[in-house]
Amino acid sequence: MRPILMKGHERPLTFLKYNRDGDLLFSCAKDHTPTVWFADNGERLGTYRGHNGAVWTCDVSRDSMRLITGSADQTVKLWNVQKGTQLYTFNFGSPARSVEFAIGDKLAVITTDPFMELTSAIHVKRIAGDSTEQTEESVLVIKGPQGRINRAVWGPLNRTIISAGEDAVIRIWDSETGKLLKESDKESGHKKTITSLTKAADGSHFLSGSLDKSAKLWDTRTLTLIKTYSTERPVNAVAMSPLLDHVVLGGGQDASAVTTTDHRAGKFEAKFYDKILQEEIGGVKGHFGPINALAFNPDGKRYGANKVSLLIYNLLMELDVVVCCVSNEPCLWKVEIYGSTDVFIIVN
Amino acid sequence: MAAEVMLMNEIEAKAASMAIDLNIDFNSIQLPRGEDCGIVSDDEDVYHDDQLEFDSGFGNVIVVDNLPVVPREKFEKLEGVIRKIYSQIGVIKEDGLWMPVDPETKKTLGYCFIEYNTPQEAELAKEKTNGYKLDRAHIFAVNMFDDFDKYMRVPDEWAPPEIKPYTPGENLQKWLTDEKARDQFVIRAGTDTEVLWNDARQSKTELVYKRSYWTESFVQWSPLGTYLATVHRQGAAVWGGANTFNRLMRYAHPQVKLIDFSPGEKFLVTYSSHEPSNPHDANRVVINIFDVRTGKVMRDFKGSADEFTIGGAGGVAGVSWPVFRWGGGKEDKYFAKLGKNMISVYETETFSLIDKKSLKVENVVDFSWSPTDPILALFVPELGGGNQPARVSLVQIPSKVELRQKNLFSVSDCKMYWQSNGEYLAVKADRYTKTKKSTYTGFELFRIKERDIPIEVLELDNKNDKIIAFAWEPKGHRFAVIHGDSPRPDISFYSMKSSHNLGRVSKLTTLKGKQANALFWSPGGRFIVLAGLKGFNGQLEFFNVDELETMATAEHFMATDIEWDPTGRYVATAVTSVHEMENGFNIWSFHGKLLYRILKDHFFQFLWRPRPPSFLSAEKEEEILKYLKKYSKKYDAEDQDVSMLLSEQDREKRRMLKEEWEKWISEWRRASEEEKLERQRLRDGEASDEEEEYEAKEVE
Repeated sequence: MRPILMKGHERPLTFLKYNRDGDLLFSCAKDHTPTVWFADNGERLGTYRGHNGAVWTCDVSRDSMRLITGSADQTVKLWNVQKGTQLYTFNFGSPARSVEFAIGDKLAVITTDPFMELTSAIHVKRIAGDSTEQTEESVLVIKGPQGRINRAVWGPLNRTIISAGEDAVIRIWDSETGKLLKESDKESGHKKTITSLTKAADGSHFLSGSLDKSAKLWDTRTLTLIKTYSTERPVNAVAMSPLLDHVVLGGGQDASAVTTTDHRAGKFEAKFYDKILQEEIGGVKGHFGPINALAFNPDGKRYGANKVSLLIYNLLMELDVVVCCVSNEPCLWKVEIYGSTDVFIIVN
Repeated sequence: MAAEVMLMNEIEAKAASMAIDLNIDFNSIQLPRGEDCGIVSDDEDVYHDDQLEFDSGFGNVIVVDNLPVVPREKFEKLEGVIRKIYSQIGVIKEDGLWMPVDPETKKTLGYCFIEYNTPQEAELAKEKTNGYKLDRAHIFAVNMFDDFDKYMRVPDEWAPPEIKPYTPGENLQKWLTDEKARDQFVIRAGTDTEVLWNDARQSKTELVYKRSYWTESFVQWSPLGTYLATVHRQGAAVWGGANTFNRLMRYAHPQVKLIDFSPGEKFLVTYSSHEPSNPHDANRVVINIFDVRTGKVMRDFKGSADEFTIGGAGGVAGVSWPVFRWGGGKEDKYFAKLGKNMISVYETETFSLIDKKSLKVENVVDFSWSPTDPILALFVPELGGGNQPARVSLVQIPSKVELRQKNLFSVSDCKMYWQSNGEYLAVKADRYTKTKKSTYTGFELFRIKERDIPIEVLELDNKNDKIIAFAWEPKGHRFAVIHGDSPRPDISFYSMKSSHNLGRVSKLTTLKGKQANALFWSPGGRFIVLAGLKGFNGQLEFFNVDELETMATAEHFMATDIEWDPTGRYVATAVTSVHEMENGFNIWSFHGKLLYRILKDHFFQFLWRPRPPSFLSAEKEEEILKYLKKYSKKYDAEDQDVSMLLSEQDREKRRMLKEEWEKWISEWRRASEEEKLERQRLRDGEASDEEEEYEAKEVE
């Protein structure tokens, strides 16, 4: 598998999402126009025009029919994936930071930033099967966490919502009543802003990345801390391999603090860790600029068990999405897994 | 980030508008009396002492005696005279001058009280005016008010001091008897200070002692490793002990900034500098020399910073530390200070100048002691536009006999490097070329231990090369020089012996184009780390000088500090908090294998605990060397055992972790299975579920 560079965005990217089959890749950028690509060959399939600000986040329905995007223009839009048409626009008084469809795609959780006199909030919207029946009203609005809520996702059976953000606390809320059920422990939890949160393929656990230079693995039901991965960089993005017990952490110094002398100073490599042993096992070199998004292609089934695509994008220098394979075939990006014989990779 | 910067500006603007000073002087913060705010002090007794001083509050009051006794008419005139004298020294407080008057005769009593703003001013006034002759009959006797109390309390009859029963002390050298022959080091990161064993066999550290807020600025080992010194606002303290770190002694010195041990760790020199009340004056410097074991002040030096500024006539920089340099090896017999046109050499028997006078050397700008013998090397620069050449002389102490002298022509600067056994002295002299537009460098090599101290001149192959670094092999006869232009300088190794002539220096090799700017010899010699710090980002080359071959090249990115352990078995490289990222340290084997790496944010210090010299005689050491093979067998076997045990433990740990994980996952799956129907319902009956996918992946 060759590395694929997908050119098309004009401003730095902000978020990436594969559909369930792993054949489509949705990318969001500050250039207002979410784009969909064929994951296999990097061909641009289409764009979704209509937002009037940076697009921070997106999610795609299980059947790949509908796309939901959240933007700094204070709207969340529903799109027809195939036709690229807008189905509905939710209006908020502040930028939308994260969106996620629930199991069954009948609900969506949306977080909005603190803005002017508004505090940050988690909104639950009902998504109508027929978009002509779609309404604006929220099923539930949760307020409370201090600062921006960078990510909110659904727990098992849509019964809970898991949120994390600037106040470094992970919270589990009852998705019916909006009651706070659990909070991560102050001692063992993160110490600084949580930048990213990603669920395991089966939803059993999730991984949070923080500016405190660590990533932590949590039990989705009990919010018990299972593992901690310490690194040398602030963590901006986390991903878990759908096939192997690997986690990938990406990050680096803040863009404003990046030294200009040496790319190694910024710690921009993506690092691979053994999920169970918590040991660093490898890294992807070649970036100049902090890594802000990472994603694995969930296409294990389609390509056979030994290939996983790792998606990385780079904020500072490149506006292109780079798909990088984690396989035993040559690839532009060098992925090194050190000291381990049973793992794929050494790519170049 | 930009937003955050704005925020800071806003805070500052806001603070300014509200007239709040954001620059907090921590010395000014005092907890409310009788309230510790939950901060437990372990310095109760020191605190108690302070309390006393605060309570009386007369630390800034002096008593001037032997004043003329004057009648009422002349009172104001005398007061004027006194005020004039004493306000030159410091600011007298309002109503701070009080001259009592006899209520009957209305005459003054011949003494007065003067209250200054600070105790420092009072102290200074006492020093400067005690013995001041107002006229023949009136010689001032000035005392601190607080001293009166002290002197009053002296009993009239001498009582013999109580002899305390002898209590055996702890074995302060116990760390040397570690069964695994490990070395210790201290690190300071954040607010924590930790002493750790370097357990290189297991590639990890083992904690010896840890304490938060152990020191207020830095820590320092004594030169033989017996004590760890900490620095506090009230003074310095030393810690040590058989198994842990207890406070052994305290040395009161308010606002102490710098400390220095004598090489035999008998004495501790402490230094503080105080802002003068008059901004035009130089800072006031206080230096105390303590006996480490008894804690007694053996001698104190006070004066303006100018007197302690080394650098000769045109000295610009501040005090160069250490002000006092110790000489005569580990016996701590002499210490010396550079002054204007002189070197003041003191001996520790009486803590006074040798022969009661300083060594007069016109225009001396630098000196250094032989590390082993009481010999001083001093440097006098060129004078009179080249009429009088620069010179280096060796002076024997205490006889002050000049052993050897060398005149150097058209020299612009000069640096002296002693070999650790005091056998050789290298003088690096920068000379002007004929045009005086540029300089080139040569070395004058003194063989101290040989008859008449022969001197040899060494010039590099390319004498225009800039010298970047120079280092003697410890206890050896070789030295290394980094020379050439900065991006890729060369490194040359020389020996003081050549193969057929023991009295001639010879070049061993030159390594071309190395990314190095610092040299770190192993304390045992033979091995050297050629390091590229700063601009070279932490390049390391481990070089064997016996074989003249590179053992390993490595990198500790951004490394700021490199230190060999005292045995020469390991090398520590550290990134300290001068950099924001990467803070922490690496431990390497002597041949450049990375053993382990520990990251710590806000990493300030890494210091190996020094070891005293071996107690074995030279013959005994030789014998051990001879039978090394025999001894090493035992240790090799031990090493192997450890490594087997380790891999066994490691395997066990991995197995446990995997098992734990499997257990957790299967538990989850069982629960998830129960919810399967519900999930299907949520998806309007769509059967495809994650579980199946998961199984598919398991096939592999």
